[in-house]
Amino acid sequence: MTDRAMISTRKGLFDLIRGADGWRLAASHFLGEPVSAALHDHRDGSTYAALNLGHFGVKMHRRDPGSDSWTEIATPAYPVKPDDVEDKVEWKLRQVWVLEAGGADQPGVLYAGTLPGGLFVSRDRGDSWELVRGLWDVPQRAEWFGGGYDVPGIHSICVDPRNSRHILLAISCGGVWRTEDGGETWSVSSKGMRADYMPPEMNENEAVQDPHRMVRCAGAPDVLWCQHHNGIWRSEDNAHTWIEVKNAPVSNFGFAVACHPSDPHTAWFAPLEADQRRLPVHASLSVTRTRDSAHTFDVLRKGLPQEHCYDLVYRHGLAVANDGKTLLMASTTGAVWISEDGGDSWQCPAPHMPPVYAVSFA
Amino acid sequence: MAEWAYNCATMAHIHFTQQLARFTEIPQVETPATQLRDGLEAAFAANPRLRGYVLDDQGHLRENVVIFIDGKRTRDPRVLDDPLTPASKVYVLQALSGG
Repeated sequence: MTDRAMISTRKGLFDLIRGADGWRLAASHFLGEPVSAALHDHRDGSTYAALNLGHFGVKMHRRDPGSDSWTEIATPAYPVKPDDVEDKVEWKLRQVWVLEAGGADQPGVLYAGTLPGGLFVSRDRGDSWELVRGLWDVPQRAEWFGGGYDVPGIHSICVDPRNSRHILLAISCGGVWRTEDGGETWSVSSKGMRADYMPPEMNENEAVQDPHRMVRCAGAPDVLWCQHHNGIWRSEDNAHTWIEVKNAPVSNFGFAVACHPSDPHTAWFAPLEADQRRLPVHASLSVTRTRDSAHTFDVLRKGLPQEHCYDLVYRHGLAVANDGKTLLMASTTGAVWISEDGGDSWQCPAPHMPPVYAVSFA
Repeated sequence: MAEWAYNCATMAHIHFTQQLARFTEIPQVETPATQLRDGLEAAFAANPRLRGYVLDDQGHLRENVVIFIDGKRTRDPRVLDDPLTPASKVYVLQALSGG
């Protein structure tokens, strides 16, 4: 049974645990400091946190299994930019946007997706990091641009559970990218997506797409779901092609998506009104769920505020546990909700958090 | 006594904001360096982690960190080649912001 989660916020990292009386906040870490991402590595029980100290930059910390204390570890750092390289992006780490573990056969391997668009790999539990040059040096990176921030950023990293050298990642705004050789070479993989914010003749350009969040069904790894700036897309062929979902109720706009860990037909979304007005539709918060590969959807509202609600669930604000029915959702204005029945009903164990950047189950 | 006084007069002194103390050890730095960057390197030699708190990936002064030398702001936060005199007082501070 899932009984522990982490909430990364503007003012610290918080534990949310399930007790006899339900879910409640427990320990806090780095209180007062912005935590942009956190990862519990199930392979060895380590926990990682990425802080974004603003003045003093990004800092990484690790808590070893069984320990209560954190240790500062290495921080990903971009190499010195050669003088003869023209690049509108400064080679400076702005933020760690997502942390993911490598494959089950790669103990100690971690990935950090960053702004301004670099992917970093560690092979020693964060004691050192290396920029993945195979991706950083792709010529199409010159076409990437910022989505949500002034610079491009990697927000989703999906390691294929069948083969650790196969990785898909998603970039705002840079599309979906694939490696099948452990990161040595990369190819863009956004075919089928559409960027309405581009001139018509360019809106199918794969390298300028804005996937807001991409997730893979661990039990059926050829299936991926994507909440994109212009709608919802789904792939059944390991991201070689993407099919638009055109019948999502409430709205097809949003930032977050979560997919069932073993059932490829089930996924959840947190709809917002539109790009031009990023608020819950009619100020009424809902989660939409499909259980049949997006042929039909349920609109879930029980326990969610239905009037004067202006909460926004951002890219990493929705997560589903390995049991496939416990969901965690949090907003940029600091409200946290839990569902233990696949989204049919929700409770709010923490209504007054700092702005939440990411949620995940430990 | 005279020798001690002479040694102090040949060393620039670098102060770091106490705001850094909650993250990492702040060394007390007296350095014979004649340029700011060399003086900072002396501090980083005492605590290598301090470098990442003051300089970014490209070795530039972090955007919201400011350095004053004898009451004057650094000329170029990327180059950091301001001269230091034997009696220079250098302050590494953070800009106020937040919420």
